[in-house]
Amino acid sequence: MTGKIQAKAHLTRERVCELLRSLLRIRRFEEKCAELYTTEKIRGFLHLYIGEEAIAAGIIPVLEPQDAVVATYREHGHALARGIAMGPLMAEMFGKQEGCSRGRGGSMHVFDAATRFYGGNAIVGGGLPLAVGLALADRMQGRNNVTACFFGEGAVAEGEFHESMNLAALWRLPVLFVCENNLYAMGTALAISESETDIHRKAESYRMPAAVVDGMDVIAVEAAGRKAIELVRGGAGPAFLECRTYRFRAHSMFDAQLYRSKDEVEAWREKCPIEHLKTWALGAGLLHAEETAQIEGEVAREVAAAVAFAEAGTWEPVGDLARDVHSPGALA
Amino acid sequence: MTTDQGGTVATVTYRDAVRMALQDALRRDPRVFLMGEDVGRYGGCYAVSKGLLDEFGPERIRDTPLSEGGFVGAGIGAALGGMRPIVEVMTVNFSMLCLDQILNTAATLRHMSGGQFSVPLVIRMATGAGRQLAAQHSHSLENWYAHIPGIRVLAPATVEDARGMLWSGLVDPDPVIIFENVMLYNMSGELAEDAGGVAIDRAALRRRGRDLSLITYGGSLWKTLGAARQLAGEGIEADVIDLRSLRPLDDATIMESVARTRRAVIVDESWRSGSLAAEITARIVEQCFWSLDAPVARVCTAEVPIPYPKHLEDAALPQPAAIVAAARAVMGR
Ligand SMILES: Cc1ncc(C[n+]2csc(CCOP(=O)(O)OP(=O)(O)O)c2C)c(N)n1
Repeated sequence: MTGKIQAKAHLTRERVCELLRSLLRIRRFEEKCAELYTTEKIRGFLHLYIGEEAIAAGIIPVLEPQDAVVATYREHGHALARGIAMGPLMAEMFGKQEGCSRGRGGSMHVFDAATRFYGGNAIVGGGLPLAVGLALADRMQGRNNVTACFFGEGAVAEGEFHESMNLAALWRLPVLFVCENNLYAMGTALAISESETDIHRKAESYRMPAAVVDGMDVIAVEAAGRKAIELVRGGAGPAFLECRTYRFRAHSMFDAQLYRSKDEVEAWREKCPIEHLKTWALGAGLLHAEETAQIEGEVAREVAAAVAFAEAGTWEPVGDLARDVHSPGALA
Repeated sequence: MTTDQGGTVATVTYRDAVRMALQDALRRDPRVFLMGEDVGRYGGCYAVSKGLLDEFGPERIRDTPLSEGGFVGAGIGAALGGMRPIVEVMTVNFSMLCLDQILNTAATLRHMSGGQFSVPLVIRMATGAGRQLAAQHSHSLENWYAHIPGIRVLAPATVEDARGMLWSGLVDPDPVIIFENVMLYNMSGELAEDAGGVAIDRAALRRRGRDLSLITYGGSLWKTLGAARQLAGEGIEADVIDLRSLRPLDDATIMESVARTRRAVIVDESWRSGSLAAEITARIVEQCFWSLDAPVARVCTAEVPIPYPKHLEDAALPQPAAIVAAARAVMGR
């Protein structure tokens, strides 16, 4: 808690505006995606991050450009926070060849080499070993980079989670594991899927520093993220951050949400990370209502431009179907 | 509506038919239980098991954590221990995480133990593309399982088989994997109200022709029947064989048809290299070579991870137009 108060004490107006913008870019982008899904511009599975934005917005900007990010199928927020431009991201959602994965991946498979964004993995737990390997490569080649790996609490039940924890700790690799604990894996509540529901304690058992933070509070997340990233970059081996959060929307677009009550959802909506930041910053005199309106306006224009970019995008010719299965010049 | 035998018939979806099969098995045999990710409270990722939790409770409709290797392995153990588990793996794509348990434990126990132990386990998995779910949710890997001695692999393509194969699979003393193509769940068909188990070791001739044999299974059956109708308009009459069982393969039905028509096209939603279509081709060549009037042809999925955009996904998969073209080619037209 003291960390949070100190962090807040050091906040500048600019920083508050940046954080708010970062949260709003994710929120408004995804609201637009949901709308575009109903008009069938976006197809397949669409997993929204709405409610959980403070985690990506808090942690990813603390990373350096040469660091790496590994995420899941619920990764639009991470992609935006990492600096993937909204236009190519939206074009990817449409499946257009101007998309960041050339349209081949869609919502669940966002990739971007320029920002070292390694997906977009839709096999639960599948990203963790990859993050361990990226960190291993950094270490073996003497680069002082950090790999930040995001995953849901559902992934914690997979063997790959435990194998990755052990490898990273055993080899003291520079990985920041970020568990986005939104209490449900599809319809399965944490309490009926884990014998130990304090996830960070699992990480402790692998002997890595682990902390838990309020994932609805972007300032707290940023402070905890900064501390963890410093530890990891300092060569202490991996670190683990459990962020307690909640997904406001359905798991994907088809989900009757039979497994949780409307009251529960409403109670969490009260903790909306955007409202939380706004209320606090307005009260602390770090934000003016006009600034909020201005940021909202700018974000709305950015989203509109991204949609226009995606609409204007083109379909890859069917003749290119077998492209990018093997490297150019390799035998097919 | 009534059947020839005087029973009543209802129109049900494939999803309903699987649910009815589960319900029936759970009611008939107290050793039967269903376990898998989101089978209970969520109602199944494809809504197959919706409502079962209310009727049978959380002991028998058992939600598992995301631990494919763990709960499939536990299913094997429970089967060894006298239960009759039905384990649902959401899709074949995720079954790679439990492939070890299926291949190295379920399929080998009987043999390794010199026949002392058997594993009466049924595993259900969704398979197939067509919903724009991209390269980690769309593959058809049935063939990987059909490669493994010690397990039986079934692919119901009709509501009758969706209803009937589960019970027959449960009666089998060895592990059985049932593949449900995701594009079939919403399909409806007629089902006798007293429908029960079906024979699981024979392929079915779904259409009788004369000029060539179209051999397929699962979700591709309906595309193949569509192609056969189109071919009939051009004066080409095709047999359409629904394999139903991918392991063991019913060679007799395949060879009877090919020996009669002298031409074969195999339609298979997996990648061509090392496909089930390749295996069937080899068997036809081994057993029917002297009856053939044309080389055996295959219509398979393009050798590319399934892409997200619809036009590319469609282009990657076997489609009626490609089946028709392949059929014309073997007919020399
Ligand atoms: C290995 C594997 N098993 C099952 C699935 C199906 N599935 C996709 S997301 C999901 C829930 C994951 O929950 P969690 O890790 O908590 O992340 P969240 O979706 O809540 O962000 C499931 C079961 C999958 N994609 N991969």
